[in-house]
Amino acid sequence: MNEDAITAIVHRALEKVAPELEGIEIDPAKTFRDQFDIDSMDFLNFVIAIHQDTGLDIPEADYPQLASLRGCLRYLSARLPP
Amino acid sequence: MADFRMPSLGADMDAGMLVAWLKRPGDPIARGDIVAVVETQKGAIEIESFQSGTLRDICVEPGQKVPVGTVLAHIDGPEAAEPTMLPAAPSPPTVPPRAPAPAALPTTAPREERGARGRISPLARRRATELGLDPAALRGSGFDGAVTRADVERAAKERPRGPVAAGSEIRRAIAAAMSRSKREIPHYYLSATLDASACLDWLERENAKRPVAARLLYVVPILKAVALALHAVPELNGTYSEGLFRPSSDVHLGMAIALRGGGLIAPALHHADRCDLDGLMRALGDLVRRARTGGLKSSELSDPTVTVTNLGEGIVDAVYPVIYPPQVAMIGLGSVMKRPWIVDDAIVPRRLIQVSVAADHRVSDGHRAARFLETLGQFLAEPDKL
Repeated sequence: MNEDAITAIVHRALEKVAPELEGIEIDPAKTFRDQFDIDSMDFLNFVIAIHQDTGLDIPEADYPQLASLRGCLRYLSARLPP
Repeated sequence: MADFRMPSLGADMDAGMLVAWLKRPGDPIARGDIVAVVETQKGAIEIESFQSGTLRDICVEPGQKVPVGTVLAHIDGPEAAEPTMLPAAPSPPTVPPRAPAPAALPTTAPREERGARGRISPLARRRATELGLDPAALRGSGFDGAVTRADVERAAKERPRGPVAAGSEIRRAIAAAMSRSKREIPHYYLSATLDASACLDWLERENAKRPVAARLLYVVPILKAVALALHAVPELNGTYSEGLFRPSSDVHLGMAIALRGGGLIAPALHHADRCDLDGLMRALGDLVRRARTGGLKSSELSDPTVTVTNLGEGIVDAVYPVIYPPQVAMIGLGSVMKRPWIVDDAIVPRRLIQVSVAADHRVSDGHRAARFLETLGQFLAEPDKL
């Protein structure tokens, strides 16, 4: 899956967590927590949203890899078919 | 007949504005039914009835702001003879406020909501609450000055960023409660570093077996352990007012929830000691969502018997909490940190959490709060029992 498609998945997941993040610009290098003041409940809901959107089973141990947009791009592009 | 009054939804609340009636005169009411919606400094709160019966008449119309304790309506019914279970009701106002009667508004006003400065649709109100905007302060561009969803979105975009939160309603509510706490409550503090490894190892094994959507946050078993440990030290669980401590046999954990855009609110996780972990996780998710988007119930604001604040998501080791009156204790959770620890004379890596207690010296002494921390440590060491 290409970067644009994954970025769109991340945007949708963030919006689900916090509606005010609709269409917000994401700094790919910074963690979502640092940028958007999200907490562990938000982050869990973010992972659930990514899982629901992609069907990927994401083990808890991998959660830290999804902490930023760059991390999501790396993690998801390796696991989602092109 | 019983009075249905403007409830006190915390030490910081002295008045509230009635936004809407969800029942009409003649409607049957069951205990726990949501009867009205009230706008407070903490947003729109759903007010539940503490008795069953029939709504007889309505005394306060939507749009009126009245002091805590004001009779909003009368309820006829079988349970009306029971004392009104108004939680934590402060001294009722000596002069029952006769709110000016807005003759134009019929008693059975439909759902149209009326803000202090005009109308706002329920959708726009909800969106404003989500965005942390005061619905009453919005300019409306709709018919007759009504505030529309587009007005709310525009106000959110135009809202200045930065130190505005200092003057917000929620900041004033926090200021009032915390000033009272520091003025009236002789706090004492203590903390302990607890080994949470057994609990967290157990949780990771448990989560590994579960699908993504059914996993538990690490704070959930810790909350359960806190709730159970409070049974060992009833002096930390209850309320203090007018020189009297009233211990509570139920544990309703107030959860300090940070609101986006500033401020926090601490509604109750009811009966946290009796929920299983899945139930607690669901209840916590639901409570956090409603704290941030609106829809908290009056009992959730008035029932907490103790509050927990979790600052354990960054680098904080320990919290020094300020008690939320009329409660008598607050529990602070620091971050879980992997550190060298000595077990049986060997240095081993362990996941540690610093748990602190602020407690009211009018009610308890340090050795009792220490007992709580010891008991909590025992529960964390035996996660199977949670």
